[in-house]
Amino acid sequence: MHLIEVLDLKKYYSTGFINRQYTKAIDGASFCIERGETLGLLGESGCGKTTLGRLLLRLIEPTSGKISFDGTDITRLSRKGMRSLRPRMQMIFQDPESSLDPRMRIRESIAEPFKLGLRGKMSRSEMDENIMGLIETVGLNPEHLNRYPYQLSGGQNQRVALARILAINPEFIVADEPTASLDVSVQAQILHLMMDLKREFGLTMLFISHDMEVVRHMSDRIAFMEKGRVVLEG
Amino acid sequence: MALLDIINLKTYFPSADGLVKAVDAVDLRIENGERLGLIGETGCGKTVLGMSIIRLLSSSTRIQGQIIYKGRDLLGLTEDEMRLLRGGEIAMILQNPTTSLNPVLKVGDQIAEVIRLHGGLDKKAAKAKAVEMLAATMIPNPLMRADQYPHELSGGMKERVMIAMGLAGQPSFVIADEPTRGLDARTKAEIVKLIRDMTAGRSMLMITHDLKAAGEACDRIAVMYAGELLEIASAELILSDPCHPYTQGFVHSLPSRGLQPIPGSSPSLIDPPSGCRFHPRCPRSMDICQREHPPMIRLHKGDFVRCFLCT
Repeated sequence: MHLIEVLDLKKYYSTGFINRQYTKAIDGASFCIERGETLGLLGESGCGKTTLGRLLLRLIEPTSGKISFDGTDITRLSRKGMRSLRPRMQMIFQDPESSLDPRMRIRESIAEPFKLGLRGKMSRSEMDENIMGLIETVGLNPEHLNRYPYQLSGGQNQRVALARILAINPEFIVADEPTASLDVSVQAQILHLMMDLKREFGLTMLFISHDMEVVRHMSDRIAFMEKGRVVLEG
Repeated sequence: MALLDIINLKTYFPSADGLVKAVDAVDLRIENGERLGLIGETGCGKTVLGMSIIRLLSSSTRIQGQIIYKGRDLLGLTEDEMRLLRGGEIAMILQNPTTSLNPVLKVGDQIAEVIRLHGGLDKKAAKAKAVEMLAATMIPNPLMRADQYPHELSGGMKERVMIAMGLAGQPSFVIADEPTRGLDARTKAEIVKLIRDMTAGRSMLMITHDLKAAGEACDRIAVMYAGELLEIASAELILSDPCHPYTQGFVHSLPSRGLQPIPGSSPSLIDPPSGCRFHPRCPRSMDICQREHPPMIRLHKGDFVRCFLCT
């Protein structure tokens, strides 16, 4: 069963008023991702892979084309319809320092999805129990909970980002170069953690990277992107 | 005679939590014409070691030991004497070109500045030489690029500008700090090749956590961990058959070598672990490793290693 199905997706950016010029960031991409599968998206910088990832979550609006998530065409959904679907799809960003709120303690960052009621009504003690469980799952210590992102290393912050995503319990994750700003040894730790989490929670993933070796380790199938087109799949 | 001989260098920073021992008793020698890679995880002190050589550290830094460059101790020079060496005799290619380049000056003018200061050329000749330097870095259309500002260039092009600027003063010794950071695979390979070609005949210290890049650009590799050097050997040996368990772990964490992580994380530089600094993370740790600090042992052909297992 396809969880994600993309059909002839396009995203053009225009500049200029009189001499209008178009940049074809995504120029007709079609592919699908099976439930429980990791699709690796490989390409050089500037080829449009981040744009594609953002389009899949509808963080930006496509120019044309269709994106269906679990049978629903999300390009036609209203804001409200989209909002109820969002918890099922999440993104992990390249730079954890800028994706976490610098003024929130780690505990608050991870607790936010619970407080928003994304996992149903929850008592204070249930919430604490859940947070402790998540912290352990991603390999952090309870002492980290009272710290701020600037007090943690890049690898630790990326673990926090993962814990926060797991708190939402999504089905689909777009991972946009999640280890690009990390050292090789820490990269290996985070990638292993992601593979474990994927198995444990049965996640479906789009894994974006420019590193062929990393993509090969992480993915069930690999798609190659060039100049806004998905040119190779297999 | 060695070009650079670092003897018992200690670079400490006072901080609110205590003294940060970023470089702790490092001995390192770079021969004439040798290119040495300095490898280590973020925060191990490798950039501070580079900055200590060229003396670009804040005045509160406590620095001890000797840095003998062509027979002179750099730590004994006055600031004026040091300024004459910087950019001319010893140059640095700084990390992160986006923040290291001046955003309001054209890149050609920034390179020309180095040439005027250290080559004694007039403005026009310096500009022409700057374009020549850019052309040497294989930047397409160097004449046009020289007239552009940093924000108009891609990451790879900015790195080329940094390299052109670093080499513009015809230095005998270049310190390159993370020259491949943030570049995609193809650009990285091009930049590594460029650095190798353009530093031929010069000496270089290349600071990086990219073991593959160091292996391609350097003759020898020194491995740094928690302020200390743990292993120094030829690039081939470090990549194929390293002796130190940390170096082995580092090599195996490469995606092309199995993506096996080293458990745990880097220790504090304020209060490093007793004995061998790597022992809490070491898969082959023994009793002695917790008690005694292993000395740097000289192996055959000038290779060094700091591990009880390798004796």
